[in-house]
Amino acid sequence: MKYAYYPGCSLECNAAAYDWSVRAVAEVFGLELPEIDDWNCCGATEYFSQDELTACAVIARNLALVDPQLDQVVAPCAACYLNLAKVDRLMAEDPKMGQKINEALSAGGLHYTPGRVRVRHFLELLHSDVGEERIRQKVVRPLTGLRVAPYYGCQWVRPFKEIDNPEYPMKLDELLSWVGAEVIDYPVKAHCCGGHMTQISEPQAFELIRRLLYSAEEYKADLIACMCPMCQLNLDAYQSRVNGYFNTNFKIPIVYFTQVVGLALGLDMHRLGFGKEIVAARPVLEAKLQAQAAAPQS
Amino acid sequence: MIAPGHTQRGAAFLHEVISQTPGGERLLHCLQCGSCGGSCPNGADMQYTPRTIFAMIQADQREAVLSSNTMWVCVSCYFCTTRCPQKVPITEIMYTLKRLAIRDGLARHTDAPALAKTFTDLLDRYGRSFELGLASRFYLFNKPWAMLKMGPLGLSMFTRGRMALTPTKIKRIDQLQAIIQKARELGGAK
Ligand code: SF4
Ligand code: SF4
Ligand code: SF4
Ligand code: SF4
Repeated sequence: MKYAYYPGCSLECNAAAYDWSVRAVAEVFGLELPEIDDWNCCGATEYFSQDELTACAVIARNLALVDPQLDQVVAPCAACYLNLAKVDRLMAEDPKMGQKINEALSAGGLHYTPGRVRVRHFLELLHSDVGEERIRQKVVRPLTGLRVAPYYGCQWVRPFKEIDNPEYPMKLDELLSWVGAEVIDYPVKAHCCGGHMTQISEPQAFELIRRLLYSAEEYKADLIACMCPMCQLNLDAYQSRVNGYFNTNFKIPIVYFTQVVGLALGLDMHRLGFGKEIVAARPVLEAKLQAQAAAPQS
Repeated sequence: MIAPGHTQRGAAFLHEVISQTPGGERLLHCLQCGSCGGSCPNGADMQYTPRTIFAMIQADQREAVLSSNTMWVCVSCYFCTTRCPQKVPITEIMYTLKRLAIRDGLARHTDAPALAKTFTDLLDRYGRSFELGLASRFYLFNKPWAMLKMGPLGLSMFTRGRMALTPTKIKRIDQLQAIIQKARELGGAK
């Protein structure tokens, strides 16, 4: 299987661990991910708050650049995923808007026909295209006893309702259970981490982050597995600031779900990007997976 | 639901919002049930909840709405949108209110427009942008004191290879810029 890959800006640097682990896991299952040639930033939520047509055109350029041989694009960043999916839909549902977007694209010699490519998140590829059976077969280091809190965030589960339940999604839970982890059923798995609010209003952002960490801790999670670079950044890099602000003592490693899956597949921890997180994951992983860590494949 | 007659009687702002929002017509079907405000993780920080904002839009209180903090507190989590019984595209309306407030110079109580502009200026120039959650350039130019507070965090991100000082530049930046310019000219679109 071959998919056009849209890494997004975060995966170039801040979320390199996500990029590495996506590629490493994809390789195990024979998923080819050629990068969209010369892709540009999707504008996150920032262009939409200034100029809608430009926001859409900037996103649509990436759709238009997808290799004509390929009909699916995969984004690991939830915000990128939503932007690509949203513009594809908008162009189909509002032909007048679609026409304007294409008029803008034509200034760069490009064109996009809505519906030409199907926009997917990397979780969907593992969960639905690879599937339970093949994943279970490849597990060489079952994560038995590792308590993982799946964290979905917002922009993959909402607003579209057909991929998973927008209030109580399950796909990440399922995937993590297939690799042997003990999946935590905690109530805030699809709540919001505050997105860009850490930059704008710390009290507001920190309270949202605190609620998530508090709940994960209450349910005795060893770590949180997320699927969006912004969520990872907020919960990981701002964790000590949140502790300072609320006088709390959270110490929960925040990693990408692909790193957790990769671990179960027996992939090397460095190759999966472990060590880049601010709250170190290694101690808890070593404590919990001692038996497996001693095995030769690690 | 707003009576059809009402929509003709001088609800200019209501129509402005509708015309600037994809699927905005659904706003005419708002029941004032309050599910949106009840679902919002940030409702407590808003001057007016989404439900109240929609009542104010219908009452043509343009300036009060656009100078409120409500849309700036919105983080696009889409909880309200998926829960609204009338399929009002609430999050998209929040984006519309942000755009109108910026355009008319009414944005108050927030650094969000400055952050957005710093971010998209880089996108326009390089085709890539900085890490939104680590907006070092934004801090550098807009809030140097906050940058100092960030100090140790920035450093630990840097030593882990998670922070770059400049974005990479795409190859066909000219093409992207031509598209952006054309989109701006065509602007005033939905
Ligand atoms: S959503 Fe974030 S990571 Fe994705 S392209 Fe946009 S800015 Fe870059
Ligand atoms: S939780 Fe925050 S960063 Fe993550 S998807 Fe939601 S708004 Fe974006
Ligand atoms: S949930 Fe929908 S119908 Fe109810 S008040 Fe909000 S916008 Fe109106
Ligand atoms: S999308 Fe905005 S208004 Fe709606 S629930 Fe989320 S933060 Fe509140």
